[in-house]
Amino acid sequence: MDLFEYQARDIFAKHGVPVLAGEVIDTPEAARAVAERLGGRAVVKAQVKTGGRGKAGGVKLASDPDDAVAKSGAILGMDIKGHTVHKVMLAQTADIAEEYYVSFLLDRANRTFLAMASVEGGMDIEEVAATKPEALAKVPVDAISGVGLAKAREIVAQADFPAEVAEPVAEVLVKLWDCFVSEDALLVEVNPLVKTADGAIIALDGKVSLDANAGFRQPEHEALEDKAAADPLEAAAKAKGLNYVKLDGQVGIIGNGAGLVMSTLDVVAYAGEAHGGVKPANFLDIGGGASAEVMANGLEIILGDPAVKSVFVNVFGGITACDAVANGIVQALELLSGKGEEVTKPLVVRLDGNNAEAGRKILTDADHPLVELVDTMDGAADRAAELAAK
Amino acid sequence: MAIFLTKESKVIVQGMTGSEGQKHTRRMLASGTNIVGGVNPRKAGTTVDFDGNEIPVFGSVKEAMAATGADVTVIFVPEKFTKDAVLEAIDAEIGLAVVITEGIAVHDTAAFWAYAGSKGNRTRIIGPNCPGLITPGQSNAGIIPADITKPGRIGLVSKSGTLTYQMMYELRDIGFSSAVGIGGDPVIGTTHIDCLKAFQEDPDTDIIVMIGEIGGDAEERAADYIKANVTKPVVGYVAGFTAPEGKTMGHAGAIVSGSSGTAQAKKEALEAAGVKVGKTPSETARLVRESLTATA
Repeated sequence: MDLFEYQARDIFAKHGVPVLAGEVIDTPEAARAVAERLGGRAVVKAQVKTGGRGKAGGVKLASDPDDAVAKSGAILGMDIKGHTVHKVMLAQTADIAEEYYVSFLLDRANRTFLAMASVEGGMDIEEVAATKPEALAKVPVDAISGVGLAKAREIVAQADFPAEVAEPVAEVLVKLWDCFVSEDALLVEVNPLVKTADGAIIALDGKVSLDANAGFRQPEHEALEDKAAADPLEAAAKAKGLNYVKLDGQVGIIGNGAGLVMSTLDVVAYAGEAHGGVKPANFLDIGGGASAEVMANGLEIILGDPAVKSVFVNVFGGITACDAVANGIVQALELLSGKGEEVTKPLVVRLDGNNAEAGRKILTDADHPLVELVDTMDGAADRAAELAAK
Repeated sequence: MAIFLTKESKVIVQGMTGSEGQKHTRRMLASGTNIVGGVNPRKAGTTVDFDGNEIPVFGSVKEAMAATGADVTVIFVPEKFTKDAVLEAIDAEIGLAVVITEGIAVHDTAAFWAYAGSKGNRTRIIGPNCPGLITPGQSNAGIIPADITKPGRIGLVSKSGTLTYQMMYELRDIGFSSAVGIGGDPVIGTTHIDCLKAFQEDPDTDIIVMIGEIGGDAEERAADYIKANVTKPVVGYVAGFTAPEGKTMGHAGAIVSGSSGTAQAKKEALEAAGVKVGKTPSETARLVRESLTATA
C-alpha cells in the first residue's frame, strides 16, 4: 500500500525523522488558518500518488494566508497524470541549500534489504540511476543486523556525503531504518532530504509503501487506506474478504488460486481476439476453500459489474472438490435469486481435477438455463468470450 | 531418485495439531508420506490419531529430530508465529523446511532467510506461501493433491499452486519425478534456479517444466541459468500477460512495477535461452509432449 506524502510525513515524524510542520486540508478555505499557524508563508503541495507533480503545477509557494487560499483553490481539483487532487498539504517553507536522496527498500532479487543514497537528490531517482549510476550508492543491508550508526556511516561514506553533513545524515538514516522496520514498510524514501541554509537536515518529501501482509501486527495501517479512491466493486469485494481486481473488459472471471486466475485472464484475452476483442473484466481468486457462500459473494460482485456480459468460472479441484464447487454455484444462484437479484448473464463453467465428474453431474442435473459446462479451459474461455461479444 | 524429497524422507509437521495441520497431515499420510511426528510445545508428549495411525507430538523440532531422525519439516503455523517456527527449524539444522503458511510479512521472510544464511544454509527452505512439493508415489510434503498424477520423468517447478496442479493433471499420463511449488511471495527460499539445478542433476528427470508469473526478475535470472547450465529440455509457461501495471494479482509478489516484471519480458528471456514457452497451460503441455517425442 502506497501512502500519500502527508501520511509518509506523519510516519517519519513518529519515528523521529526530522520533518517540517504541515497540515493536510481538502477545501481552499481551510488553508487560511493553517497558513496562519505556519507563520503566514507556506508551500501548498498536491497530495497525489504519482510523481512529477511539481512540473504539473501541483506545488506552489503561498506568500501569505490569502495567497494560501488562492493557491489551494488552484491546486485542489487539478488533474495530475489521471489523479484528481482531493487534498493538499500546507507545509512550512525551508531555505534549501542542498538536496540529497536516501531510501531503504526490499531487494527482491537478493532477498535482502537495500539502502540507496545520493548527494544528487531532488530529481527523479530512476533518472539518476540511469544517467549517473555512480552518483547513487546502493548498499545491501542485512535483515538481522539492520542499520545502526556504524552501518549508517558506511552508507553515507559510500554516497560521498560532505563531511559537515555526514554525521547528521547518518543519524537520520538510523531513524529512517527504525521507521522501515517498525512499520513493516517495503519502501521508505526521502527525496529530497535537504540541508537548509542554517545547516539543519530535514526530510522535505517522502514516499512510503507498506506491506499489506503485515496487517496482523499493524492494526493502525488500515486507517491509512485511501478508501475514497478505491473502485467501488473492489471496495465491496474487499469488505467480503475477496481477492478481486477490477479490469476493463467484459468477461467476468472467477477461479481458484492466483496463478490459475492470472492464467485464465490471459486465456480469455487470447480467445477474445477472435470475438471482437473482448477482454477479462476482473481478477477474482476465491482461494482453496470455495464454499457456496464464497462463490455466492464472488458471483454477486461480478454480476454487479455492469461491464460484465458473461462469466467464466474456472476451477481446478486440488484440495477443493469440484462437487463442492458445483454445489456452491447452484446454491449461489439460488441465494442471489432469493435476494431478488435475478441472474441474467450466462455462466460458462469449467471443472477439472478432484471429483470433477461429480461436479459436472451436479450442474447438469441442476440444468440452470444460464449455466453452460465446457470441458477444457481453452474451450470454456472461447465460449465465454463468444457470449460476451454477443 | 527425484529431488529434495523421497520415500526415505522422514517428515514432521509444525502446527500438526491445528485444523489446517491436521487436515493436511491426514492427506499427506494417505499419499504415503512417512510422517514421524508433530511439533507443539503445549502438547508435547501427546499423540494425534490419524485413522488409527498414532503420530507423536514433540515439544520442539530438535526433540522431534532426536527421537525420530526427521529430516523434513512442513510448517502450517499461523502467520504471526511462522517466523519463529522457521527460526526453530533452522536452529535444529533440519535438512528441509517447507513453509506452507500464506500472508507472511516480508520483513519476517527476509529475517528467516538472512538467519538461514548466517547459519550456513544447512536448512533448505521452500516457500513461504507455497503448496510444498511432491515426489509422486514416494512422498508428499505440503498440500499438493497426490491423486492427480503419477510417478514419471517430468520435473516441475512453479510459483503458483493451482497452475502446478493444472500442469500435473494435463500431463498425468506421462507423470512426474518431482513437482515443487516455490511460492509467489516477493522473497522465497528455494528458487526456480535451485530446482533447475537439482532437476538437471537428477537421473530420474528427463524434461523440466518451469512455471512463472509476473513480478520480480526470477524468471529472467532462471533463463540466464538455463542458458549456461541446463542441458535437459525446458518448457516454460508464464502467467499474467494481461495484468495491468501497479495491481497486485493475488500473490504478494505478483505485481508489475514500471517496465520490470512483465510476462512478456519473462517469456522473451526464456525463449532467448532456448526454452519453449507456451501461451496457455494446455499449449505448454503440448510442447512438453512434442519435446519428449522429439528426444525419444
